[in-house]
Amino acid sequence: MARIVVDPVTRIEGHLRIEAQVEGGAIADAWSSGTMFRGIELILRGRDPREAWIWAQRICGVCTMVHALTSVNAVEDALGIEVPDNARLVRNIIAATQTVQDHVVHFYHLHALDWVDLVSALQADPVKTSQLAQSISDWPKSNPKYFKGIQERVKALVESRQLSLFGAGYWGHPAYHLPPEANLMAVAHYIEALAFQKDFIRIHAVLGGKNPHLQTFLVGGMATSLDPNEPGATINPERIDFLLQTAKSALEFVDQVYIPDVLAVAGFYRDWFGRGEGLGNFMSYGAYPQGSIKNPSRFFLQQGIILNRDLSKVYPLDPANITEYVTHSWYDYAGGDAAAKHPSQGETSPRYAGPKPPYEFLDVDKKYSWLKAPRYQDKPMEVGPLARLLVAYASGHEEVKSLVNGTLAKLNAPPAALFSTLGRVAARALETRLLASHLVEWIQALSNNLASGDLRIHNGEKWDPRTWPRSARGFGFFEAPRGSLGHWVEIEDAAIKNYQAVVPSTWNAGPRDGHGQRGAYEAALLKTPVADPERPLEILRTIHSFDPCLACAVHVVDARGHTYARATAAAG
Amino acid sequence: MGSLDQQTLPAALKARGVSRRQFVKFCSTMVATLALPPRYLGAVVKAMESARRPVLVWLEFQDCAGNSESMLRTSNPTVTEFVLDLLSWEYHETIMAGAGKQAEAALERVVREHKGEYIAVVEGAIPTADDGVYCTIAGRTALEIARHVCSSAAASIAVGACAWDGGLVRANPNPTGAVGLQEAVPGIKVVNLGGCPHNPANTAAVLVHYLTFHEMPALDQYNRPLFAYGNIIHDQCERRAHYDAGRYVEEWGDEGHRKGWCLYKMGCKGPEATFNCPVVRWNDGTSWPVKSGHGCIACASHRFWDNKSPFYKRLPQVPGFGVDVTAEKIGWVALGAMAGAAAAQAIGSTIRKKVRPPEASEGPTKPSSSPEA
Repeated sequence: MARIVVDPVTRIEGHLRIEAQVEGGAIADAWSSGTMFRGIELILRGRDPREAWIWAQRICGVCTMVHALTSVNAVEDALGIEVPDNARLVRNIIAATQTVQDHVVHFYHLHALDWVDLVSALQADPVKTSQLAQSISDWPKSNPKYFKGIQERVKALVESRQLSLFGAGYWGHPAYHLPPEANLMAVAHYIEALAFQKDFIRIHAVLGGKNPHLQTFLVGGMATSLDPNEPGATINPERIDFLLQTAKSALEFVDQVYIPDVLAVAGFYRDWFGRGEGLGNFMSYGAYPQGSIKNPSRFFLQQGIILNRDLSKVYPLDPANITEYVTHSWYDYAGGDAAAKHPSQGETSPRYAGPKPPYEFLDVDKKYSWLKAPRYQDKPMEVGPLARLLVAYASGHEEVKSLVNGTLAKLNAPPAALFSTLGRVAARALETRLLASHLVEWIQALSNNLASGDLRIHNGEKWDPRTWPRSARGFGFFEAPRGSLGHWVEIEDAAIKNYQAVVPSTWNAGPRDGHGQRGAYEAALLKTPVADPERPLEILRTIHSFDPCLACAVHVVDARGHTYARATAAAG
Repeated sequence: MGSLDQQTLPAALKARGVSRRQFVKFCSTMVATLALPPRYLGAVVKAMESARRPVLVWLEFQDCAGNSESMLRTSNPTVTEFVLDLLSWEYHETIMAGAGKQAEAALERVVREHKGEYIAVVEGAIPTADDGVYCTIAGRTALEIARHVCSSAAASIAVGACAWDGGLVRANPNPTGAVGLQEAVPGIKVVNLGGCPHNPANTAAVLVHYLTFHEMPALDQYNRPLFAYGNIIHDQCERRAHYDAGRYVEEWGDEGHRKGWCLYKMGCKGPEATFNCPVVRWNDGTSWPVKSGHGCIACASHRFWDNKSPFYKRLPQVPGFGVDVTAEKIGWVALGAMAGAAAAQAIGSTIRKKVRPPEASEGPTKPSSSPEA
């Protein structure tokens, strides 16, 4: 029996620590811990609700804008504001762009090196690599000279004996199975994807001023004025053209590089369609309004719950069923830590009770994380691209069904294969395809509005705080790249009285609850084989398949205004 | 990895398929960003050609990874990417291949084998309350890691508002006692690149300056490079003519908004913010917030979260039409008259003479809106 610690888990956002018990070459138990805390919701108190989004956006700089969008959704819900159609479209375009970019970066720059052996690429034959690439895609760059050039770069890097970011990788690990040619192809696309993400995200620069941390959201709409005849307008025909061209080139990259690469890699790691299953419960809030945000049944991606891997039934979602436990989290509940509380009724006093740093192991029988443990009807849930895709699939989303069935056929795999580490990887890629194609449609719809003279971008009826009720409460929600995101806001006398966020990675990365039920990461790691405990590559594979975002996940809730108590470090 | 051979920049660039033409083009962009006189191009090219590969480590503490992401969007793409790679970027949690003990061993090796030689980039605030338990990596506190790694570095660069002055994490009521790097580890050499996030064009320029002159560029009293933080946004703003002519956006989406008029009445903080944001812009020079229709929030200003909010409240007492706001009037003390076109020349001569303004670990305006940690 050996205890493995992976800290820091790298190639993620934020600070995550995994401890795992290994017995007989496989993981017998696992614990997930978030090791950083900021307290952003406390900082939001007393501030102007109209600018909450500017602050909340800084919860995360990787999935930037998702907290901004969810924040304006929450304040608009509290104040009863409907935004103009153009604002809805611009928000959908910004959000889909974020998800497409985020998923591509995740696969190539955060996840690929768990499957791809950089050093093995040196053994590849560039001609055969070119044949391999051409057999799976029409991407025009795939010629022997191109791959030879990439191989020379890798060679120069390795021969310099300074591998830079790649120096501490697990190269040569027995769990790497790709042939050298597939490794070389993937390394080439790693480099190409770096250029892609930077170019593609210029959509955000046009519509948001910059990325990360866009700056054009407004309670009531967007600051992106539009006018068919004004060069000074944020959105005009010239910019529409730029957005369309950029979106179309993204679709090409996804179709010709990302999807074929995922299928190729998956083909060599079929075992991983049977590993990393996890909870089997999936949740999606639904996203991308096609009309009013008050009508989730018409969202582009559906809302709902799937339980116990049963795709024959989608349960309706009610936010009132969400609760959070702190039994194993470094917080106190005044009434005791065994019971859960709804976010709007919750309380949080951070109280660090872990070992005094520097430490070797956490005391996992007690409290061991800055993350709380959210539950839906007392059940742990997995959220993210796989959950969204499954909910849409089971709800009868025709496009999703055809994408998923087509992919399963190509892989010669049953639907049950989706409940796995590779299932998450595949779902993320398919969602990217889905959103990239609809991105083009939403830009086109914006263009049509512009042409028809509908220039409304902001509903200013409630901009002046003097028009607000003395107190109001709102709930904003969205499906961020990593899953279901909710913000709750309470406004009093034109200021934020309370603010709270329950975010995707809290659902996935959270610790055990009051009943000892594991969180999604913890459950997914069970039974995972570990060939070399000194180099736990397999742990990274499953954890990375969730695309962890830890800065998002740690938060403070104190909806009832309890006095803030500063943590005290326990000795030993 | 045994001994760490150092490779010259041109050799490494050549190995990576970067032509000399691309390389010189990159250097001239850097000269422009640094506001050096054009004749310095030759010096930069020459210096870069003989540059050795310094080691760089990138530490993340109470961060959102927005500065890491921003670095990935660096606006001089291919070449900059390789230049950064050529720095031998040996530790960076968000994107490095290794994890856990292998990652930490890489960091330790740099501290041990390159003592006094490497660059430490820091992202995120550092919590000091309660013995630093609010941020630990591999069981060690951020504070301990920052002290250990930055005190042995040749120089440290704090990227983004949080690493500079504690940023949002330190905003009132500062629940974790967060501070920026220069307060957490006093006495070390720090260059602060404020902004939320930092603009990677400036960060790349600072690194190139370091490679060229073997020292950091001229800094202001906040230890920020003058080339990036020496000018008022309002003076560089493309909407400035509308301000001077009294043409303002009165409501979001109105005619003035559609025509790109001045956002001052919507709360824009441009008149009291300094940054080269309107010139360098973001994401390959595509845009910046004011161009895209929203006011500036002064994200590169000291303790801007508390000092510059509320963000939609219009600035009081901005002088009338056509009157320049000078640095002195907004409480920003610069090296003499820095406004307008004279700034670039002034910065150039500052660099040439290697005159460095006196250093101070804290800025001139002592924030009062939130408790000190």
